[in-house]
Amino acid sequence: MFRMLRTRAPARWIASGAALCALLMSVAEAQGFNVVIREGSEARTPIAVVPFGWQGSGPPPFDIAGVVSNDLAMSGRFEPMTTAQMPQRPSQAAQVDFPQWLRADAAYLVIGTLVENSADNFTARFQLFDVVRATPLTEFRYQATRAELRRTAHRLADRVFEELTGFRGVFDTQIAYVIEEPRADGSKLFHLMVSDADGENARSAHRSTQPVLSPTWSPDSRRIAYVWFENGVSGVYVQTLRTGTRERVSARAGVNSAPTFSPDGRMLALVLSRDTGNLDIHTLDLSTQVLRQLTTDAGIDTEPEWSPDGRTIYFNSDRSGGPQIYRVGTEAGQRAQRITFDCVYCARPRVSPDGKFIALVNGENNRYRIAAWDIEAERLNLLTPDGRLDESPSFAPNGAQIVYASKAANGRGVLASVTTDGRFRTELASAGDVREPVWGPFRSPE
Amino acid sequence: MKSALLILLAAVTLSLTACNRGNTVPDDASASDAGVATDDSAATERIGGGSGITESAVEAERRRLLGELVVYFDYDQADILPEFNALLQAHGRNLAANPNMQVRLEGHTDERGSREYNIGLGERRAQAVRRVLTLQGAAATQLTTVSYGEERPTQTGSDEESWRLNRRVELVYR
Repeated sequence: MFRMLRTRAPARWIASGAALCALLMSVAEAQGFNVVIREGSEARTPIAVVPFGWQGSGPPPFDIAGVVSNDLAMSGRFEPMTTAQMPQRPSQAAQVDFPQWLRADAAYLVIGTLVENSADNFTARFQLFDVVRATPLTEFRYQATRAELRRTAHRLADRVFEELTGFRGVFDTQIAYVIEEPRADGSKLFHLMVSDADGENARSAHRSTQPVLSPTWSPDSRRIAYVWFENGVSGVYVQTLRTGTRERVSARAGVNSAPTFSPDGRMLALVLSRDTGNLDIHTLDLSTQVLRQLTTDAGIDTEPEWSPDGRTIYFNSDRSGGPQIYRVGTEAGQRAQRITFDCVYCARPRVSPDGKFIALVNGENNRYRIAAWDIEAERLNLLTPDGRLDESPSFAPNGAQIVYASKAANGRGVLASVTTDGRFRTELASAGDVREPVWGPFRSPE
Repeated sequence: MKSALLILLAAVTLSLTACNRGNTVPDDASASDAGVATDDSAATERIGGGSGITESAVEAERRRLLGELVVYFDYDQADILPEFNALLQAHGRNLAANPNMQVRLEGHTDERGSREYNIGLGERRAQAVRRVLTLQGAAATQLTTVSYGEERPTQTGSDEESWRLNRRVELVYR
């Protein structure tokens, strides 16, 4: 079960004794991560998600309210009340005493009931209230098997989030990331991990003593492409998550790296150095194996990223002397154009789902921080001003949040997220050395 | 931290010495021809107290250089620094004299910046070493390159000294 850590100073963790030990052990076993809210963000909206009522035999099978609370906290925009702070525990609308909730400083209130219909069939119903106006905003019910209760809770959180922010919720999505695990003999084990967006339900998709990097999702969220140094040679692999089937799609001479799926999922953009030793952007048609070279410059051309319409590839090139963002059309014979000029070091471009922003790594004065480039306004907005070694930004599929990798004071890699407007930041704590988070696409309900 | 580094360096030095003795880095044919007089007799010194084996200072320096298997780089640069010219010259000539030898050039970077750009930077460094070795007479078929970027650091710290030691190309004889 998930637990949330809170901290007053960004680098200090508050948790104590046995609870912390139990937490760290469970995280270590799962190789997942937990949410830590960073103080200093703008005021978050106070909300209460009351533990759900339970109509069934035995103890309740799942803490839906706990998952919903945590999801809302992870978004950075909400401050869920703890159970102890709640003035009452209503599970039906008629039981809600609005003045009490108003005095407790809750702006919104979520209540619900989980009903056992039969042995493996449940109904979760919930209502969302505006406390200030003392009115219901939305209500909904979901049917689920026992195994589906976690996803049901995420979908419920998605409804609440969309109702209150206007953004589609991203709690029922997944995140892929890489963990480096030190071993007793001094060697390292690289894990390609996939977890729910809240860090729960983490599982290893691939592990190796050779480096694994640059995971990227297919648009249908069924496959992940990544780079693996199998036998000490770089190759690009595509793995189907459900079956675990892995296919090596490029192991040409030299560098094979930085894969990203085209928006229709039929092509990969990737980086090859082939015999020349010079890194250039290519596209590979996954069904016909036709390879096309898009750039020829003598600089390092890498980190290709498709525009949402598939007609442009953004990439990083140091042809002008240092890493800058360029774009090139995917039709044959197009010339690359530079688009960032006021960066010292701008790398790892990732385009927002609406195509308007590019999240990137901005390096200056020996600090590497996440920034968003406004394509139309041609303006750079620094999103993690107190970052030091931030890297690998990745947009949530709703475009409202960016997950990225950072370094904790103890040197370990941690995940963090920031809203695209830079107003809210969240740390995701993990026991392992975590890097390269990649937010997966929206999933259709199964 | 510092003492750990010293121990590590000592271990590396020892293992490199062991490599040389075990001929992991084989000498070229002329030098392994024991007893053949070397060019500069004035620089000849006697080793092993009258055992009859002689070695010139030039030869000793050459052997020492062949035991050095790492070339370091400046931040975000792939230019070969002047202090590594002699090292690469020794390895290049060694490869030219021993066409059956193969070397894998493994390029690395420090942890700063983006991982994929660092893969590019590591490759550029490996290619820079490859070019110098080729100029010294090594054949292209003797050399392979791989870039690990920042994925295989030898130092785990986030400080200037750790970064300096991680920006490197390793020569791996096989």
